[in-house]
Amino acid sequence: MRTALTRPLVRKARLSLTTAAAVSLMLLASGCSGGQAPAGGASGAASESAAAAPSGEAPARGDADLVIWANGPVVQALQPIADKFGDENGITVEVQTVATELQTNFVTANASGNGPDIVMGAHDWIGNLVQNGAIDPVQITAEQKADLLPVATDAVTYNGQTYGMPASVESLVLIRNKALAPEAPASFEELLTAGNAAVAAGTAERALNLQVGPKGDAYFMQPLYSSAGGYLFGKKADGSFDTADLGVGKEGSIAAAQKIAELGEKGSKVLSSSVSADNSIALFNQGKTAFMVNGPWALGDVKKAGIDYGLSAVPGFAGMQPAQPFTGVQSFYVASKGKNKSFAETFVQTAASQKETQRALYEAVRIPPAIASLVEEVAQTDPDTKIAADAAAAGIPMPSLPQMAAVWAPLGQAEAAIAGGADPAATMEQAGQTIAGALK
Amino acid sequence: MTTRIKNSSGKAVGPGLSLGSTASVPALLAKILGLGAVLGAAVSLTPLLIAGGEWAMLIGLWLGAAGLLAVYSTSRLVPLKYLLPGTLLLTVFVLLPILSTVQLSFTNSGDGTRGSKEDAVSTIVRNSVTQLPESRTFNLTVGTEGSAADGPFTFFLVETPSNGVFAGDGQGLRPLAGEDVTVDGGYVRAADGYQILTGKEVNAAGAKISGLTVPTDKGAIRAQGINRAFEGVQTLTYDAGTDSITDSVSGKVFTVQQFGDREYFADANGSKGFDQSWEKNVGFANYVRLFTDPQVRDALLGSFVWTLVFAVGSVATTFVVGLLLASALNDPRIRGLKLYRAVIIVPYAIPVFISFIVWQSFYNKDFGLINSMLGGAKIDWLGDPFLAKVAVLLTNLWVGFPYMFLIATGALQALPQDIAEAAKIDGASSWTTFTKVQFPLLLVAVAPLLVSSFAFNFNNFNVIQLVTGGGPFPASGGQIGATDILISGAYRIAFGGAGAEFGFASAISVVLFIVTAVLAGIQFRYTKALEDVR
Repeated sequence: MRTALTRPLVRKARLSLTTAAAVSLMLLASGCSGGQAPAGGASGAASESAAAAPSGEAPARGDADLVIWANGPVVQALQPIADKFGDENGITVEVQTVATELQTNFVTANASGNGPDIVMGAHDWIGNLVQNGAIDPVQITAEQKADLLPVATDAVTYNGQTYGMPASVESLVLIRNKALAPEAPASFEELLTAGNAAVAAGTAERALNLQVGPKGDAYFMQPLYSSAGGYLFGKKADGSFDTADLGVGKEGSIAAAQKIAELGEKGSKVLSSSVSADNSIALFNQGKTAFMVNGPWALGDVKKAGIDYGLSAVPGFAGMQPAQPFTGVQSFYVASKGKNKSFAETFVQTAASQKETQRALYEAVRIPPAIASLVEEVAQTDPDTKIAADAAAAGIPMPSLPQMAAVWAPLGQAEAAIAGGADPAATMEQAGQTIAGALK
Repeated sequence: MTTRIKNSSGKAVGPGLSLGSTASVPALLAKILGLGAVLGAAVSLTPLLIAGGEWAMLIGLWLGAAGLLAVYSTSRLVPLKYLLPGTLLLTVFVLLPILSTVQLSFTNSGDGTRGSKEDAVSTIVRNSVTQLPESRTFNLTVGTEGSAADGPFTFFLVETPSNGVFAGDGQGLRPLAGEDVTVDGGYVRAADGYQILTGKEVNAAGAKISGLTVPTDKGAIRAQGINRAFEGVQTLTYDAGTDSITDSVSGKVFTVQQFGDREYFADANGSKGFDQSWEKNVGFANYVRLFTDPQVRDALLGSFVWTLVFAVGSVATTFVVGLLLASALNDPRIRGLKLYRAVIIVPYAIPVFISFIVWQSFYNKDFGLINSMLGGAKIDWLGDPFLAKVAVLLTNLWVGFPYMFLIATGALQALPQDIAEAAKIDGASSWTTFTKVQFPLLLVAVAPLLVSSFAFNFNNFNVIQLVTGGGPFPASGGQIGATDILISGAYRIAFGGAGAEFGFASAISVVLFIVTAVLAGIQFRYTKALEDVR
């Protein structure tokens, strides 16, 4: 038997919350009786009080045979697919929205045995989900692999095992306001020339929106970082990341730091901490910005704002390497402690990987599907999605290592500081030391 | 059971009835229902707690329930009737969380160590089952000669795409001829002497069926979901005797080794084999790290000083502004008094979360309201450590002064007018009257509220999180930002960048608890001294 000290935190928290709720219920109940009365057992109250006990901080698992947790507009698109699967198997399926902290809530709920059977999320969760034992491998057949974009299969492969069924791929693209910048630039320098020309002509206020924010954003800086030769982790012979070979603080990252400094407050002022996730799209939609680096998810708003936009891959610096944004792959995972694992495995294996499913998801969110042939079909009517899919296919799958948790914040902070005028080489080297220290 | 209830009710109803008016029928009913609910809740939670092995919780629950029953079902123990609810609430909502936090602070709990060692080993081994490039896949139906719930189970397999039909169980795989089974649509639909399980039955027996492996010459066939099976190899095996994991492909042996405050399975060269670790008692390691790791210690010391400055500053600024406005508006001769007061309370009526987010956008360097009102100044409010602190204090002043205005107005109006008149007759100026007479009396009334306001701001997570998010952060990559107070710093360590570290964050919380307790003690002593003014 486990001792009190080794019990998992979440389970303890959940049970104590349940108990706390029940005890407070008792107190409330006993508090309202004023006079003297006999003790009595009302067994009918038992079931009611059990139902009244809340399930803790994580959202409660829905009341269905098979429960899927997801977030955002995919939820509406998933429900019909889930219903169809339920009809075929004679079960009920519920798709639940978990609006915030889906990953954390899932890990916590799963550990306490109260989580969903399936969860949908970005592939870079895999490392953390695996280290917490929250998901089981998903076997992708050779035929399915042949249909999927290679970048999608790579993304869900972690330490030689596949852990998720890819549903869509996304990466940063360059969105331009055609009224201010008619041509897609071939290099970052061309982008600056065209953007600055629009600013000089007075038609634009900003050449480029690339969100930095006060804390920095290593995801958005990645195209520039990679073009200048920066990398996060080296790769072993088998293709997996080598956490002993940290690229932050090495030559390429310092070249990237110098490029970022040139674009920052003490240089051409293209990068600014005042452009953040909160305002980047809104500023672009006012029609006063020539270019914006953002994901295909921003296009909905851009269209709604009536901007005549054009789409292209984020260009690299002239004479340097091509810009490689991070590719994220939305995937389905099988919960390790789900109540209906067999159905969950079948759903993820079959329903989730079908073309019709991915088409429905694409129609809901307009993010490129992970099936190559479907991308081509969609491209007939929606060339934007083809451009976005190609950009994602050319990107680097976001490393899903749990060690990335130690990389994002320090790297972002260093890049924001460099854009703000800090010494590029010293700051980047210091960030490398901080990350290396945290990885020990 | 029935007799016992009768007996006890017989005993209790007697004195209850004799008291007459205090035991009205509705009160009696409410009490019966209430105590019934207590008992019912305790009974219904018992199986849950037994199943979870939560023995301490179970004992606590029944002690609480028994205590409530004993106290409220008899007419003795009257003082306890008033003390018990408060005591129980204190235990459940204050003492238990503190104890859990203390307990957690002695562990290495966090991301990667959420489970036990057994969990970690079973995950590592289970995850090592991989499909080989040439391995086969099958359409699966599960049959049984026994019961659908318990087996024994046999896999009926149709290989894809070759359509070869097989039966498999723990003994191995054997090919089937067409006459033994009915194959339709790529699946075996019936087999002589076997009951074919429905999808629901397969799912229900999932734990048993997923444990069934059909050995083949290349590896083993395992079920994947309700209707598929694949041939794969499990490359890792755990040996409990030597407490090691062996990789059958590379021949590497992984043993338990220590990395920092965690244990991992690692190879002979000392490099980690797998990501999974497990929760362990680490003694005082978290506290030692808190006080000796220079980066953590300096960051926390800095944020401790800032926490004090922030809490004192917030209380002082809001109180001064609130009091000034209250004094100014305390003259009944002012016309439109009510209108002014209503306008001043507006910030209080807006939900603080909205105020914080709106203010955050005001501080934007290029597009913010404040800089554009300063004629397009380029003040980097959120990027400069000092200015960010000013920004947080300003925002907190905006949301906090109406509260101080309200209590100061109330306190001023409660002061007897004759004191001011007496001071006037004695020849005091109105400034002297205010500073020497009214203000000290006012302070007696509002001091406890100032103390509670200080305690609130000492742990005011929301304003920090929503206005600056703790930033600006050091370029060197530290986890705790310039405007992080202790509680938001602990949050950033527990749930922030470098993965969750619940154990370490708990240690910070415990230290924070002690600091807050000491500060509160000092304040209450000071407040008591104030009362001597009377």
